[in-house]
Amino acid sequence: MIDKTVNQRAWFLVLPVVVLVAFNALIPLMTVVNYSVQETFGNNVFFFEGVKWFEQILNSERFHASLLRQLSFTGIILLIEIPLGVAIALSMPKKGPWVSVCLVLMALPLLIPWNVVGAMWNIFALPDIGLLGRMINGMGFDYNFTQQPLAAWFTTVLMDVWHWTSLVVLLAYAGLSSIPDAYYQAARIDGASAWSVFRFIQLPKMKRVLTIAVLLRFMDSFMIYTEPFVLTGGGPGNTTTFLSIDLVKIALGQFDLGPAAAMSLIYFLIILVLSWIFYTLMMRNEEQ
Amino acid sequence: MKTPKWLVPTLYILFLLLPIYWLVSMSFKTTNEILGTFSLWPQEFTLANYITIFTDPTWYNGYFNSLTYVGMNTLLSVSVALPAAYAFSRYRFLGDKHLFFWLLTNRMAPPAVFALPFFQLYSAVGLFDTPIAVALAHCLFNIPLAVWILEGFMSGVPKELDETAYVDGYSFGRFFIRIFIPTIAAGIGVVMFFCFMFSWVELLLAKTLTSVAAKPIAATMTRTASTAGYELGLLAAAGTLTIIPGAFVIWFVRNHIAKGFALGRV
Repeated sequence: MIDKTVNQRAWFLVLPVVVLVAFNALIPLMTVVNYSVQETFGNNVFFFEGVKWFEQILNSERFHASLLRQLSFTGIILLIEIPLGVAIALSMPKKGPWVSVCLVLMALPLLIPWNVVGAMWNIFALPDIGLLGRMINGMGFDYNFTQQPLAAWFTTVLMDVWHWTSLVVLLAYAGLSSIPDAYYQAARIDGASAWSVFRFIQLPKMKRVLTIAVLLRFMDSFMIYTEPFVLTGGGPGNTTTFLSIDLVKIALGQFDLGPAAAMSLIYFLIILVLSWIFYTLMMRNEEQ
Repeated sequence: MKTPKWLVPTLYILFLLLPIYWLVSMSFKTTNEILGTFSLWPQEFTLANYITIFTDPTWYNGYFNSLTYVGMNTLLSVSVALPAAYAFSRYRFLGDKHLFFWLLTNRMAPPAVFALPFFQLYSAVGLFDTPIAVALAHCLFNIPLAVWILEGFMSGVPKELDETAYVDGYSFGRFFIRIFIPTIAAGIGVVMFFCFMFSWVELLLAKTLTSVAAKPIAATMTRTASTAGYELGLLAAAGTLTIIPGAFVIWFVRNHIAKGFALGRV
């Protein structure tokens, strides 16, 4: 750690960032706050409504259902992507020409625009013209993600695993490559098993990057919109309507600005609180 | 029997490539073949889909629009994040920790929350449907990320470097550009990679803030589903083309990415 000197003029260095982010964050946020406490009947006439919309959203079954779907989705993909990503990073070559090849190929899904990811999985999984759909049906399962809720969930989760596991792999791999060879040699001399090498050398060294991986995956999967929207449109029915999809439906589909704004604020707050809890829990583990 | 070590990465990469292969193979098929028959590779190989894209300005302009705002955003994010990250890594000042945390909270803001207010804000200032609007809007999540990663890189540079330079008579500006920026070049590369990536793949805001003149390619693609039936071949070709800039960027940073991750904050 560097000991920092107190220098108030450093504010000048951060000023451009503050101005740009504030322009993009504070003004829209104030607009949302404004809408969330007002009612309008058009013509730009607004009435103050207090916390009516917040009460309405918090008591609505529709919001509870979307929130539950969102939490389940995020939970499932975290449980799959984090262990899978670590396992793949552990089995990757440490040096040699194959490292770059692996990294480049694995990073590929990360750089595909999100609606292309959705569209790609749509045509990949369609039961009549898609390779995956044909394969699953060929194995004797009745699979059609546009009509069966379970198949839709399976496809959405598989798409997200395909899309984002590589991020965990890259981060975990970076954590692993920072371990000096001497550690492994010492472990070999002590006759440590593969498991204890993982438990006492590799895992502690990966803790910091894994914290980042969990946080990033948590935040991004909680905000997911484009991919499931293009893949399933939130259907069949509402079965894959996650929070963002629901929010856009209310705001731009039905133009209910008040409830949509109230929901936005609750949504944002949930992400902030959960991220904070994740962060403190993982940091506390690190201190112990 | 022990499974060989290369098996897991190989299977994983195959799994990653399978949907991409399907997209690419579909882009060389005619719409009739896609809908009529099921074939693992194109039976009647055709380039018609690509020719349509390269000759129709509404298609290829989408690429220029996307690349314009992504480039603008990357340059803008990195150039304002550099001095800010330096300040966070070297100095203590009033409210520094709160400011840093506030910046990071913006990375957690769902774009869906901001879609409508952004539309109103950028319409009000007259930037709607310009690449500048999208480039500025993407700063919301790219600047916090850039500051965060750069701060990690800069904290790894010993402070003696700065002090020696000042003793040698360098001004802050000259030191920063001549000495400091070259020292953390790898970090800047990693940050540019991330800014490019998140700006290139984001669509919800990019689509909300544009209508005709600055429409990104990814938004142009949604058109195929609505007009003239369902032109899957064209959609696949356009999708394939959106993978290329990303692949190019990864190839460019492939040797730095693992090292960069390890050195920096992440």
